[in-house]
Order: sequence, then structure tokens, then C-alpha cells
Amino acid sequence: MRALPTRGRPPRDRSARGGGGRPPGAPRNVGWLYVAPALAVYAVFLLWPLVRGFWFSLYDWDGLSEGTWAGLSNYAKTLSDPSLRASFGHALVLVVFYAVIPCLIAFVLVAVVSRTRVRGLALFRTVLFLPQVVAMVAVAVAWQWVYSADGPVNGVLRALHRLGLPDWSRGWLGDFSFALPAVGLVGTWVETGLAMTLFLAGVQKIPRELYEAARIDGAGPFREFLAVTLPGLRRELAVALTLTAVAALRNFDLVYVTTKGGPGEATKVPAYEVYNRAFNTGEVGLACAIGVTLAVLVFAVTAGVGRLAEGRGEARP
Amino acid sequence: MISARERLANHAILVVFAVIALFPMVGVVARALSLPDLDVSAFADAWTDGHFATYMRNSLIVTAATVTAGTLLSIMAGYALGTLAFRGAGALFLLLLAGLSIPTEAVVIPLYFDLRSAGLDNTYAGVVLPQTAQSVAFGAFWMRAYFRSVPRSLLEAARMDGASSWTTLWRVLVPMGRPAILTMIVLTTMWTWNEFLIPLVILNADDGVRTAPLGLSFFQGGHQTDYTLLMAGALIVAAPVVVVYLFLQRHFIAGMLSGAIKE
Repeated sequence: MRALPTRGRPPRDRSARGGGGRPPGAPRNVGWLYVAPALAVYAVFLLWPLVRGFWFSLYDWDGLSEGTWAGLSNYAKTLSDPSLRASFGHALVLVVFYAVIPCLIAFVLVAVVSRTRVRGLALFRTVLFLPQVVAMVAVAVAWQWVYSADGPVNGVLRALHRLGLPDWSRGWLGDFSFALPAVGLVGTWVETGLAMTLFLAGVQKIPRELYEAARIDGAGPFREFLAVTLPGLRRELAVALTLTAVAALRNFDLVYVTTKGGPGEATKVPAYEVYNRAFNTGEVGLACAIGVTLAVLVFAVTAGVGRLAEGRGEARP
Repeated sequence: MISARERLANHAILVVFAVIALFPMVGVVARALSLPDLDVSAFADAWTDGHFATYMRNSLIVTAATVTAGTLLSIMAGYALGTLAFRGAGALFLLLLAGLSIPTEAVVIPLYFDLRSAGLDNTYAGVVLPQTAQSVAFGAFWMRAYFRSVPRSLLEAARMDGASSWTTLWRVLVPMGRPAILTMIVLTTMWTWNEFLIPLVILNADDGVRTAPLGLSFFQGGHQTDYTLLMAGALIVAAPVVVVYLFLQRHFIAGMLSGAIKE
């Protein structure tokens, strides 16, 4: 309380100022004045564009001439157009690489860490979390080189080839079968640190006695993980899945920089199609419909995973 | 007890993943420095010929403006939502919270057309204002949580002393809340500095206002396979946030993890 600025001044009797006094905690409509600037910027530059985006999505519009009313046909096209459907399919594949695999790897790492006292754990976490703070464009430029014909990945593979293994080297991002998994693995590399950091924070909250009890019962590492660690991390798992799955659905920077959706349409994703349809093929209405669909998907994932975690929580005593 | 064999296996697992995590980072640095020759000229080339000096300056301006505006508005909004209990505060909070799950992809196209009509495309304001709105959605949520954690008695005491709500906020609560505010600043700085889609769409014509990530993507378009130069450019763009991260790691992690837990 050292910062209170009114030393020595007698408290003002508020009730004496005609009607101005009210009991503490009563509604104070001055609050609106404090919120107004934030609300104005938020409404004009985030909410209004969302409404406008929905409005645009109901038109056939090339961005230049007069648009024509299209009803929900852009949404019908979003769901039926083979190339757009493929892009949503690719997004699902990326969810596996961005969310499922990182959470599995993070579980292994956390299980290991929770059983062994490891020196340098803080450094390990710092390094693994680092990709989270690097601009995705920089990550993408770096990985494009890592995957390139003479890049380090092919360097390692050619070295293995010289040791007698088959030659697996190729231009990963230009390969029809491997471009999407290659993009996905960048996501795995980025998101694993996030999942692990979340789980590490969660594991520290699990009472040590539970582990000791499991060990006294003779549980091996696997049983111990299933019986103690996994149930204790339910909430962290929900958060990790939400954040990483949303990152997968919203993957734009990585695809734009590394493949532009190619080769062919092998790595087209909805977020890239929003940009592509609006500015390359002049289908602004369709682009907005894809954007709105993506927003609905993001919202559904956020609400769905949260509910899953809570629903199971209620079942527990 | 854990057997020596398991201990060995555990360490092996950690080492393998540490190597995988580090492999691209070390590779990029080695390539940018042309190791083992150690030649830093790629950085100088990127900085001058690649116009990274301009891009970095633009990013600094955009980030400083966005974070300053976002922080001030978020503190005020969070204060009102967290302590002033005015009519409609609950609904307003939910409205702002909804902004956390609006993906940029859903708003960037209409933003482009409306900002262009207003003459704000290819200007700093055109990228600062939308990003301020996004920062406020997170910031109001984040600051509200802090202001709600302030003991009621402190607010009462300030009021008894005759401090107005404005004085209470800036003279009492903001100085006390520096850790929470710093976390918010660190996160919005990172998000703004790293943002790509908004600058790509809004700053589409004038290369004099391009931000660093946008500049990097153009630079890549022009130097497809000059990887030494490209890696130097990528490191320049990543460096400011990475340096802040190394010093304020706790804030990054705390914010990114608890900011995600909305309830």
C-alpha cells in the first residue's frame, strides 16, 4: 500500500456530495468510459470485418466489378469443390502432424523426465520451446533450405546411403507424396516444445506420493504413465491439443513460403486458399466463405476439446 | 528404484530429441556464417542489399505502435471489466473474449477492401489498427484476470483516501501489476513482430513500408537458392524476439500457457 498517493488528507465524505455517493462495489457506469476506446478499435477492426466477411461470402464477387447475390452457393462450393475439399483434408493431415504427434512425443519426454532426475532440463526446455517464438516465415525459409536438394536432410540421407542403406534423398517439398508430410513435420518440430512445456508444468503439480505409491505397487514405466501421469495431465492435454490443432488449421505462412500449395495441389490448405482465391483467382466471395468456414472450425475445435476435458472431469469424484 | 539401464535409455531419448530440435537451428546458423570459413558478409549483404535495414525499422515502428496502443487500451478495459462492475460488463467481456478465437483468415479479406476504401492500405496505420484490435482481445482478457486478483480491500482503501478511479488505476494498480503487464507486452510484441498474413495483404504494393517477415518472404522470392543469404535474412528477422525470449523466458511461457486456459 506504499503507493497510495494521498497521505495525510482526510477521507472525503462521498455521501455529502449530493447523490454522488454509493456503497462500494455498486455498479459504476464510468466503466464504460474505460472500455470505450478498446471496444471501438475491437469493433471496427475485428468484429466489423468478421460481419463484412460473412456478408461478402454471400456474393459472387471478383473484387473489382459489381458483385451478384449468390446466397449460400459459396458455402456449397466450399464443401463440394474437389480441390477445396482436398484442402480441408490436408488440414486434417496437418492436425495429425501439428497436434497428435507432438503430444505423443511430449508424453514420452515428460514420462522420461518424471522418472529420472535430468541435469540441464531447463536448457532442454528452452531449446525445445524456441521455435514457438520465431516468426513462422523465418522457420519456413530455414526449412526450405533444410529440405532442399543439397540441404542437410538429404546430406544425412546420402551419408546413410553410402553406409549401404537405400538412397532416400529427394526434393522433399517438390515431391507429390512427400510435400505434405514434409510441411507437417515442420509443424511437429515447432509444436512439440509447446506440448512438452505444458505437460512439464502439469507434471510438477501431480503429488509425488502418487508416483511413490505406483512404484511400491511395482508399476513399470508404462503402467505408471497410464495410471498417474496421463490422468494428471488431462487439462494440459486439452490445452495443448487446442493450441496445436488451431495452429494446424490456420497454417498459412509455412505453406505460402515453402510450397505455395504445390506441387500441383498437394499442400493446398484452407488458409492458403483464402488468400489464393481472393487475390489470385478473383473469387472474393468464395474466399470469404472459406474464411468463415475456417473460423467455425477453429471455434468448434476450441469448444469441442475444452468440453471433452471438462466432461471427463465431471465424471471424476 | 529406477534401474541403471532405464536411466541410460531415458537419457538417450532426451539426447536424441535435443539433437533433432537443434539440428535445423545449428544448421541455419552454420550456413549463414558459411562455417567453417566464418564469413559474416551474408549479414551485411542482407542488411543493405536486401533492404533488411528498412524492413526492421518498419517492423519496429509497427510493433511499437501496436503494443503501445494495445497495452494502454487493454489496461483500461481490463480495469473496468475486472473491478468497476458496471452494467453490461459481463456481456462485454464475453464479446471481447470471442475475439480470441477469430482467426485472421476470416477477417483479412474484408479488412483489405475496407482499409483500401479508407486509403489505409500500404500504410503503417493499416497494419497497426487491426493488430491493435487483436491485441486488445487478448489484453483485456489478460488484464481483467490481473485486476480481479487485486484484493478488494486495496481498492476500498484507495477510495477511502479519496483517490479517483483514474488515480487508483495508474498510481496504485499499474505499478503493482508490472509483471502481468510485462507478460502481456512480451506476447503482443512477439505476435505483432511475427505477423505475416496482415502485412502481406495490406502492404501489398509499397516496399517502403514492408515489415520484416514480409520483407523476408520477398527476399526469398528474389534469392531462391542463395541459401547463405537467405539464412542470414531469416536470422535477422528472428533475432529480436529470440533475444527477448532468452531474457524473459518465464513471461513467454507463463503467458502462452495460461493465456490459453480461458476459464
